Amino acid sequence: MAKKILAVDDSASIRQMVSFTLRSAGYEVVEAVDGNAGVSQAKSTQVDLVLTDQNMPGMDGLTLIRTLRGLPQYSATPILMLTTESSDAMKQQGRAVGATGWLVKPFDPQKLLEVVRKVIG
Amino acid sequence: MTIDMSQFISVFFDEAAEHLANMESLLLKIDVSAPDPEDLNAIFRAAHSIKGGAATFGFTDLTEVTHVLENLLDRIRKNEIILQPEMVDVFLQSGDVLQAILASHRDHIDLDRAAIASITATLNHLVENQPIAAPANQSALTLIISAGEDFDAVQLNHELSRLGEIEDYEPGDVATPWLYRLKTAFDIQKLIDSLAFVVAPERISIESSADMSQDFGLFLPETEEGAISLDEGYGFFEPLESSTQTASEDDGYGFFEPLPTSANAQIPASAPLQDGEGYGFFQAIKPTTSTAPVATNQPIEMPAPATTRVPNERATDKAVDTSIRVSVEKVDQLLNLVGELVITQSMLAQNALQLDPVLHEKLLSGVAQLERNTRELQESVMSIRMMPISFVFNRYPRLVRDLAAKLGKQVELKMIGDNTELDKGFIEKLSDPLTHLVRNSLDHGIELPDVRTSRNKQAQGTLTLKAFHQGGNIVIEVSDDGAGLSRERILAKAKERGLNVSDSMSDNEVWMLIFEAGFSTASEITDVSGRGVGMDVVRKNIQSMGGRVEIQSMQGIGSTMSIRLPLTLAILDGMSISASDELYIIPLTFIVESLQPKSSEIKTMAGRGNVINVRGEYLPLIALYEIFNLKPKINSFEEGLVIILEAEGQKIALFVDDLLGQHQVVVKNLETNYRRVNGVAGATIMGDGHVAFILDVAALVKMAQHVTPTELTAMAA
Repeated sequence: MAKKILAVDDSASIRQMVSFTLRSAGYEVVEAVDGNAGVSQAKSTQVDLVLTDQNMPGMDGLTLIRTLRGLPQYSATPILMLTTESSDAMKQQGRAVGATGWLVKPFDPQKLLEVVRKVIG
Repeated sequence: MTIDMSQFISVFFDEAAEHLANMESLLLKIDVSAPDPEDLNAIFRAAHSIKGGAATFGFTDLTEVTHVLENLLDRIRKNEIILQPEMVDVFLQSGDVLQAILASHRDHIDLDRAAIASITATLNHLVENQPIAAPANQSALTLIISAGEDFDAVQLNHELSRLGEIEDYEPGDVATPWLYRLKTAFDIQKLIDSLAFVVAPERISIESSADMSQDFGLFLPETEEGAISLDEGYGFFEPLESSTQTASEDDGYGFFEPLPTSANAQIPASAPLQDGEGYGFFQAIKPTTSTAPVATNQPIEMPAPATTRVPNERATDKAVDTSIRVSVEKVDQLLNLVGELVITQSMLAQNALQLDPVLHEKLLSGVAQLERNTRELQESVMSIRMMPISFVFNRYPRLVRDLAAKLGKQVELKMIGDNTELDKGFIEKLSDPLTHLVRNSLDHGIELPDVRTSRNKQAQGTLTLKAFHQGGNIVIEVSDDGAGLSRERILAKAKERGLNVSDSMSDNEVWMLIFEAGFSTASEITDVSGRGVGMDVVRKNIQSMGGRVEIQSMQGIGSTMSIRLPLTLAILDGMSISASDELYIIPLTFIVESLQPKSSEIKTMAGRGNVINVRGEYLPLIALYEIFNLKPKINSFEEGLVIILEAEGQKIALFVDDLLGQHQVVVKNLETNYRRVNGVAGATIMGDGHVAFILDVAALVKMAQHVTPTELTAMAA
C-alpha cells in the first residue's frame, strides 16, 4: 500500500507542488493549509510522514511538530521541516520539538523525493 | 523523472498578488509610532511567502527584491530597527515594484529594471543606515569557503578586517576549503552579505564556535562526508537507523549527541551554547550546511526569526481551506443553465394554469414546488458570482493616501459595508468610475487644511465609501465633507454652454448638469471644482451596467455621489410592452415615466419626425413599430402610450401600443445566438415560451436624434 504523507504549507502553490511531486512518485498525499489543519488531518488519518512548513498563520511548523509528538500515534512518525529558514537556531528549535529532519526551500523535486525515500522508503 | 512546475505558476501568481494586496492594506493602516506586532508579523510573512514561492519558481528578480525587503521587515518585527514613516513609503513602493515584476512574468512584458535597481538600492540603504544592534560581546566565528576556484583573497582579507578581527587563517585550493577564524560583532548574515562581492554566498558557511579560548587547530575532518555535501539542502536530526523519537531521549541524545552516522545525514552540530556539554567540545571545524545557502537558485538565507509566530488569523488565510477556485466560465455556464431552467419552469407554470386544479392536484403542487426550488437554485448560483466590494474598495486607501499627500490635504478614508457583495462582472467595471469619483472628491471636494479651519471645520477631511443593499439594488456612495457643489457656478457654466437651464431648476436638476458631456471640458466649474471633468463618462459606465448615479450636495457641507446598480446583469427588471402584437422588454432603469399623449401635444417637423411636449419640454417622439418596421396596429397616438426614456442624459419619448407589466427576465445574449441587431440589447424567453427582445435604450436615443437639442430648446422657448 502506498505510504501516506501529510503536506502542511500555507502557500497553495508550494503545497500543490509538493503534493504533485510526491504523488507522481506514487505516494498518497493529504494536504493542510496550516498547523491547526495539519493536526486535525493527522488525527483523522494516520500518515507515514509529515512534511511541514515553518512560517504559517494560525499554528506554525514548530508548534505543529510539538503537538504531533504529544500524540501517541505520532511519537515516532518521521516529521520533516520544509522551510526557508535553515539557520542553526531554527534547526535547534526543530530538533528540540522533535523534528526528524529539515529540508530547505526552495526545494528541488528530486531532492524532496530523495529525502522522502530515505525516511520512509 | 522530471517535474513540470509551470502548472503551479499561475497559482503562485494569484497567491503573490493576494500577499501583496494584504501587505499593502496592512501597511496603510499601520500606526508607525506603535506598530502592532501581529501586523508586522503578517507583513513579514507576506514578503517571506512571496520570496519562498519566487525562489521555488526561479523568479530571481522577485526573490532579490523580496529578500532585502524581508530582511528589513524581519529586523523591524524583532525590534532591531525602529519603524520610520518613510519606511512605510518605501515598503509601499516595493510592493508596487513587486507587482510590476509579477505582472511582467505573468504577461511576459518587459521589466523595468531601473525601478528594481532603484528600490533595491533604497531598501539596502535603509538596512545599512540603521544602527546595527551589535551583540554586547564579540563572538568568535569560523568562516569556511568551500573548496573550488580561486578568489581575491586580498579583497576578502580587507573585507573581513573591516568587519572584525582575523585570528587565524588557512588557505585552501580546488580540493581544500579556505578557513578563517575571526572575532566579530556582526551576525552571520551580515558577514555573508558583506562578502557577497568577493565570494559567491553559496560557497560561504559560518560556524559560531562558542568559545575560542579553547585551544584547537583548524583541521578539516577528512572523513566527514557530510561536510562536503554542501548542496544537500537538508539534514536529519538523528540517525535514521534509530529514528524512534521516544527512544532517542535515552539512547540517541544525552551528552554524546550522536553525530550523523549516515552518510547523508548532517546534524547542525553547532550552537553549542544551548546544549554546551551536549556534544562534541568544539568539534573540528565542520562546515555545516546551516548558514550556507545551498540549493542552486537560492539566494542568501536570512537568519531565522527566533520568535515563534504569534497566531494570526486573517480572513484571507482562513478562507483558503473553505473555498475552491473555479473558472468564471464554469459559473457563467451554470448560471446560463439555471436561466434555462427558470424559463422552462415558467413555461410549465403557465401551461399548468390551464389544468383543472382538482384533477391535477398532485401535478400542480409539484409545479409549485419546482418553482420554489428553481428560485432558490437561481439565487444560490447567482450568489456564487458575488464578490465582496472590498475587492474594489481596497485600492482606495492607497490612492487616497498618495493623492492627499500630493495635494497637501489631510484626508481620512472611511469604508463602510465593504463586505457587501455584488456581481463579479460589476467589480471589474466599477473600479474606473468609482476611482473617478474618489479622485474628484479629493481633488475638488475636500478643501485644503487651512481653508477648512477657516470654515470652522476640522483640518482633516473625511471621505466615506459606503456600500449597502437597498431593495433589489446595490448602492455605493462616495461622500465627502468638503465644499459641495456650487449651484450658481454650475448654472452659469451651463448657460455659457448654451444648455437649456433656468434659475428655477431644482438643485437635483442642477447637479445632473455636471453629467452633461459639455461640462467635461478643461474649463472649470468652480474655483475648487471641475467636478464635471469626465462625469459624463462615469455616468455612461454606470449606465452600461444598468445602473444610475445620483448626487446630493450642500454647499460648504459636502457631497454624496450614489451609484445604484442591479444585483446582477444576467437578470434584469423590465417592463413588458406591446407594439403591433409583438412583445418587448424595456429595462426599468431607463424608464422615466409613461403617459397618455394628447394630439395637441404632438408636433410634426417636416421630414424630421415628431416631437412631443411634456410639461413644456419638447422630446423627440419615435414609434416602436417604425423602428422595427412592424405593421402599425394603432393609428392614432391618443390610443396608445408614450414612455419617456432617458439614456446618457438624453430623453426621448417612445410610442407603444400598451404597457403590460413588470417582470424579472433572464437576459439572453442575442449576438452569441444570432447577430447584433440595432436597437436590441438582448432577448429573453417569456413564461409562455415567446421570445421577447430587450430594447437597447441607448441605441434608441441615438436613433431619435433627428432633432437637435437646440431645436427642441427653441421650440420650448
